Amino acid sequence: MNEEKAPATNTLGLTKADYKGLPSTMCKGCGHDRISEAIIQASYDLSLDGRNVLKMSGIGCSSKTPAYFLSQSMGLNSTHGRMPSFSTGAHLANTSLVPVGVSGDGDTASIGMGQFVHLIRRNPKLLYIVENNGVYGLTKGQFSATADRKSPSKRGAFPREESIDLCGMALELGASFVARSFSGDKKQLVPLLKAALSFDGLAFIDVISPCVTFNNHEGSTKSYTHQKEMGVNFHDPHYVAPQEPIDIEYEEGDLHEVTLHDGSRLLLRKLDQHYDPADRNAAYNGILETRQRGEILTGLIHIDTEQSALADSVGMTKEPLSSLEQGDLRPAAGTLQKVNDSLRI
Amino acid sequence: MDPMINDFSIRIATPNGTGSQTSNIVLHRALIRMGLAANSKNLFPSNIAGLPTWFQIRVSPGSWQTMTEHWQVLLPLNRATIGRDLRESQPGTVVIDNSDWKTADSEFEGFIRYPVPMDQLARQIENAKLRPRLKNLIYVGVVAQLFSIPMKAVEEALRSIFPGKESVIELNVEAAMIGFNYARENLTKADRWSLEEADQVGDKILIDGNEAAALGAIWGGVSFAAWYPITPSSSVTESLEKHLGKQREKDPEGKHRYVVVQAEDELAAVGMALGAGWAGARSMTSTSGPGISLMAENMGLGYYAEIPAVIFDVQRVGPSTGLPTRTQQSDILQVAFQSQGDTRFPMLFPSSPPEAFSFSWQIFDLAEKYQTPVVMMSDLDLGMNTWLSDPLEEPADDFDRGKIATDEVLQKIENWGRYRDVDGDGIPYRTIPGITLHPDVAHLTRGSGHDEDGNYSESPEVYVANLDRLARKIDGMVKDLPEPVREDRDKSLGVIAFGTSDWAVQEALSTIDAPPSYLRIRSYPFHDEISSFIADHDRVLVIEQNQQGQMAQLLKIDNPKDANKIVSANYYGGLPLSARFVADSIAELQGVEVQ
Repeated sequence: MNEEKAPATNTLGLTKADYKGLPSTMCKGCGHDRISEAIIQASYDLSLDGRNVLKMSGIGCSSKTPAYFLSQSMGLNSTHGRMPSFSTGAHLANTSLVPVGVSGDGDTASIGMGQFVHLIRRNPKLLYIVENNGVYGLTKGQFSATADRKSPSKRGAFPREESIDLCGMALELGASFVARSFSGDKKQLVPLLKAALSFDGLAFIDVISPCVTFNNHEGSTKSYTHQKEMGVNFHDPHYVAPQEPIDIEYEEGDLHEVTLHDGSRLLLRKLDQHYDPADRNAAYNGILETRQRGEILTGLIHIDTEQSALADSVGMTKEPLSSLEQGDLRPAAGTLQKVNDSLRI
Repeated sequence: MDPMINDFSIRIATPNGTGSQTSNIVLHRALIRMGLAANSKNLFPSNIAGLPTWFQIRVSPGSWQTMTEHWQVLLPLNRATIGRDLRESQPGTVVIDNSDWKTADSEFEGFIRYPVPMDQLARQIENAKLRPRLKNLIYVGVVAQLFSIPMKAVEEALRSIFPGKESVIELNVEAAMIGFNYARENLTKADRWSLEEADQVGDKILIDGNEAAALGAIWGGVSFAAWYPITPSSSVTESLEKHLGKQREKDPEGKHRYVVVQAEDELAAVGMALGAGWAGARSMTSTSGPGISLMAENMGLGYYAEIPAVIFDVQRVGPSTGLPTRTQQSDILQVAFQSQGDTRFPMLFPSSPPEAFSFSWQIFDLAEKYQTPVVMMSDLDLGMNTWLSDPLEEPADDFDRGKIATDEVLQKIENWGRYRDVDGDGIPYRTIPGITLHPDVAHLTRGSGHDEDGNYSESPEVYVANLDRLARKIDGMVKDLPEPVREDRDKSLGVIAFGTSDWAVQEALSTIDAPPSYLRIRSYPFHDEISSFIADHDRVLVIEQNQQGQMAQLLKIDNPKDANKIVSANYYGGLPLSARFVADSIAELQGVEVQ
């Protein structure tokens, strides 16, 4: 009799199953479920303590998914388009936690555009994932603001309005971590997620995530087929945990290396076309040029590890505000007397 | 003509943004330095510079902090409004005008006029750069001379405004002396109004309600505030940040134990406050009517998902943009039932700065204990006018953070669920990320239907039970809310008011020979005491500062059998409520037979 093989564990002694959530209610084959799997993989690999993760979301198919990963983490499924503000408040209440925000293209690019824009300006620590399928799923297939004008609906209608490229916008607004990936490319998505989770600041990842029910047909620019055909990347990302040796082979001059805030490294193997992702202008050009060719640029588009994150720029304590007590918060006895004295004419 | 001492109002009309505000505050404070419980109301426009502004200062033997409908002394120093200012003044009013404007003498018929050539006098101010602002001090000197305000009191008032800036004080005193000397040499006292030193001030402080509320929040332990600038609430968070920097001890590394974030709008401000409240910080936001409207959806999430947050609503005149710099109590119904679905939001109604302070530290306990957004209903009159007030009192209670599902607590509860009513009071044990670490407590807080464990549910039974528990929880809050203040007299008529209306009611009742009973509401949901007050009286007059009688409507909902007893007197012109309005409303009612 063979003994049943014990499942692999990470440095916390947890199995990958410990990072799962409730069974998904997404449609079978939905790109969102692949993203949830990638989050589970990245969290397992990083040995994240789920109890220190905050799962934040807005409203829509994408925003339901936090129920389907990291069952040990607390989450807040907030209101439509408002994940950024709830995340900002929750993060500042306890900056030792790791906030993971999940949003969709309707939630971010339409109703939540204002909060998205100002979140980037503010730069709080947050992994911000947009599960981008170009369509409103829960309300049965209306175009979203990221739907391309040349991409017809199932019934053959075309969007009347120009689409929004969220990565281009994020760059314009000064985002310090901008990436795009594809739910079908786990090999690229997982290292990007790990880098984003290790980043102190806003880490934005636009993940093309096909909607199998409303936007995976021929002609759609958000389908599995289209993304496989037209997706391009300039670098292959490889994540190396803090203190770990580099475990891939490479030639001198082959890599861009980025050291993240926790000491981990993101190694980016240069492909045929490449640029230094620390160079914001080059990143712009990369987006524009690929878009003109009808391609979709994926990978780490831009990174800037120098920008200070919100918690630093406001000069706040590292102690969680949530655990401060009366003795920390209420001024000492006698202080009020002085205030009263100062208010006497 | 008998002299009238320490009992009149001075109205000063000037263009906004010309520096007159400093002079007006100097006059107000000089009177306080004389020991007079002087009160001032600033009637200002929604504008940076140019539009008309009025400042009304009152002294009275009763130390009343209300504004009178008429004034005895007028300084019509705004050319754009001088005609209107004179027309609105009663015959016999003392008028101190700028005679360089060559206003026709006929305009001053029926008034006691003191013409002062203010433009010519201003040329005596040597500092040409500061002349346009210092010119305003000339009328301070004229008023001081005519009504016997010692220049020493003027100087002390200036010292309180510009502490440590001796050269500035000197320049201002010199300018005031130009007016003082002109009046002494050229004007002959011809009116009956004068001032004498008195003993009305004692240990009182001068403070506006917004600053008092901000201080209360600090004593209540606020550690997170998000806001969007809006008149008349901006100074709540501005003075919060100022005082947090001074009064809150820093951590051992010298870092702040608070964060204040200026948000992009009120949707984000309340979102951040709720996010921080969910994650365990004592959090707040401050706003006014338009912001309250924007906050509706997120407040509904706070109610249904049971997230604590404190919201300061400094009410102004609506609907829509309304009159942004005028006062009203017209967000009552909106806030009470804010957001879609069956909700109810607890409200506190402070009437004075000391009460704004004490309600403000208490409100953080209420929000956490009952795990719900709680709203402080202030108004522009309380928030932005200064009030000569009793000193702020140290909080009587320690923090009460309510029921938190710590690991220790969880060991004692057999069947814990985020929304399970373990104790039978409708209040579940809440989780705080990073503090509650037990692996079983993790769940997704959501605004969609949820069961006792926080899992998604569309079951009618689960939904109804949850909504009913929420209603029970809010009902149960009443015991911790500020109780009404009740004075019973005659059972034929009872007056009900709340917030800043209290001052006008108190003054009006003091002028009535047989005053009615009076109850002041200080919170919602209502205490039973309020129903018994209504039941005990033949008629109840609800006085409030809105058109629709919003508080009266709420009272009728809760007291259907007595609804026909409730009548309303509503003032909604946007000025601070006057005692005259209240006295007239009571007299009118007392003149009418009971049906």
